[in-house]
Amino acid sequence: MSSMSLAGRWGDEADLEDEDVIGEFLPDVQVFGPDSKGIKTVIEYKVRDDGVKVKITKKIRCSRKVKKVSKAVQERRKWARFGDAKGERANDNISMVSVEQVFLEKPTLDGKKKEDSSDPLTALVNQNASLLVCRICGKKGDHWTSKCPYKDLAAAKGLETGQKAPEGDDDGTSSLTLPSKSGGYVPPSMRGGGASAGSGGGGGGDSMRRGRDENSLRVTNLSEDTREPDLQELFRPFGPISRIYVAYDRDTQESRGFAFINFVNRDDAQRAIDKLNGYGYDNLILRVEWAAPRAEQG
Amino acid sequence: MRPILAKGHERPLTYIKFNREGDIFFSCAKDHHPTLWYTDSGERIGTYLGHNGAVWSCDVTRDTRRLITASADTTFKLWDVQSGKELYSLDFEGPARYTCFSTGEQMCLLTTDAFMGHESCIRIMEMNWEDDSMRRVQDIYGHQGRITRAVWGPLNKTIISTGEDRTIRQWDVETGKELMCIEDAHKKTIQDLEVSLDGTQFITGSLDRTAKLWDIFTLEEKKCYTTERPLNAVAISPLLDHILVGGGQDAAAVTTSSAQAGGFEAMFIHKIYEEYLGGVKGHFGPINALAISPDGRSFVSGGEDGFIRVHHFDADYFQMK
Repeated sequence: MSSMSLAGRWGDEADLEDEDVIGEFLPDVQVFGPDSKGIKTVIEYKVRDDGVKVKITKKIRCSRKVKKVSKAVQERRKWARFGDAKGERANDNISMVSVEQVFLEKPTLDGKKKEDSSDPLTALVNQNASLLVCRICGKKGDHWTSKCPYKDLAAAKGLETGQKAPEGDDDGTSSLTLPSKSGGYVPPSMRGGGASAGSGGGGGGDSMRRGRDENSLRVTNLSEDTREPDLQELFRPFGPISRIYVAYDRDTQESRGFAFINFVNRDDAQRAIDKLNGYGYDNLILRVEWAAPRAEQG
Repeated sequence: MRPILAKGHERPLTYIKFNREGDIFFSCAKDHHPTLWYTDSGERIGTYLGHNGAVWSCDVTRDTRRLITASADTTFKLWDVQSGKELYSLDFEGPARYTCFSTGEQMCLLTTDAFMGHESCIRIMEMNWEDDSMRRVQDIYGHQGRITRAVWGPLNKTIISTGEDRTIRQWDVETGKELMCIEDAHKKTIQDLEVSLDGTQFITGSLDRTAKLWDIFTLEEKKCYTTERPLNAVAISPLLDHILVGGGQDAAAVTTSSAQAGGFEAMFIHKIYEEYLGGVKGHFGPINALAISPDGRSFVSGGEDGFIRVHHFDADYFQMK
């Protein structure tokens, strides 16, 4: 009889069954990690309002900071509230963290005014930029030779600031400037300047890799703290840069130790290789070379 | 960095003081309740209830057990830091302006403003820590107008004071005689004075828009930092060769200009090269009080706008050249 009565209410039964099914098939929350990179993965399942079951994967980066405090400080952390603060709760909003980020802004008015009036060098730079050619890195109108950020680098390489740069520069610039002066057609193999012949990529390959791989350098053995601005600072003196790409780990946001730098001019890039390959940067010895095109890598 | 905004005061801030470890700090304001805060979180721990006027300054003992406050209700009060209990109160003829413990905390100096025929005065008190009381030792007269700051010199042998009369004076603690006086140290009222961590230099900030660094023994002017705003507060970083100055257009004139023109940001200046390193914006009124934590990794500013802003420096501050 009992079975009969159940069967008689088949509609209800079906409803019940539906709910059971959903409840049954929602797996528990799973937590993996934290792994070696400090990434904790949390997987949970949920039924959305529209009845669709969804899987939610959360990746959480865990880090632990140890701060040593004295006993007195530790004791003070447990102090009871007093005065007006008595009975205050966290959501009373007496103090809150600012929503907007505040930066240490470089001075605009104060600093500049002083610099303009007092520094005759900068005034000269503004007047006649072409006068200035750095003999170390060959950059025009940017800084004086004595203020070149690569002064110590040149010294380390055993190059004397006086005589070394011109010869290196003359090779690079003459081959580049000559065709542009005449204004005529320049074969693709000649466009990159004389340096391209020595760099392994032949004439045909050179034209192939125009586009985003153009004049691209690969910098490896970088320290993890190196960011784009550091590389900008390091490579800018050699010439205009069109792109800097630092490879970051997707999860930890830490640098993976290599970067790509695209120069506008090929001879600038070549000079950067000559100067910076083997350069000690942040306790590591940099390796700077032409970036191999994708085809060769594969 | 994301500053922590602490809105515990209803009136303009006047003074901010860290304890020795820098884990907590005290704020004084023109409302009557000095307040104690955690530096890390900006949480309010408590308020010291008892004053009946604006509180102009405070000082805390090295062990963070006792607090002394100076108030415009003409009293100085000694407090138990942890419980907020008032332990001792001392009444004078004029408004109390500044107070500071000597090295070793056996003595304490108090300054009172000129008021109703009484001259402004630096008073040296002897502390009795047995029953938390004070005994009057010496009164020093000499400044014209208000004395804004007075601090103990090396080995508690001298007192260095500044005031509305634009002078810096050095006094002998034993005799109360004036040893030295720098006339026209600044062109306008000297608003703030802070001694460096090692006690060999001090810095003054003035409404004439300059801050100056002085030798504490000879009162020789070492550096002069020119800014574009009247200065109300100065601080020296204990960690780097930086000084921090803050101020801005006078509160009465604020409505006549935009917030940008007022110069309400805290400015970092290189102590030796006198170069501007950068400014931290945020207040919408002049900055009245500044303090850098003893570890040099955070600073607190208090403004005419009644806000306290607690800043913990990002990594890029320490890499800044």
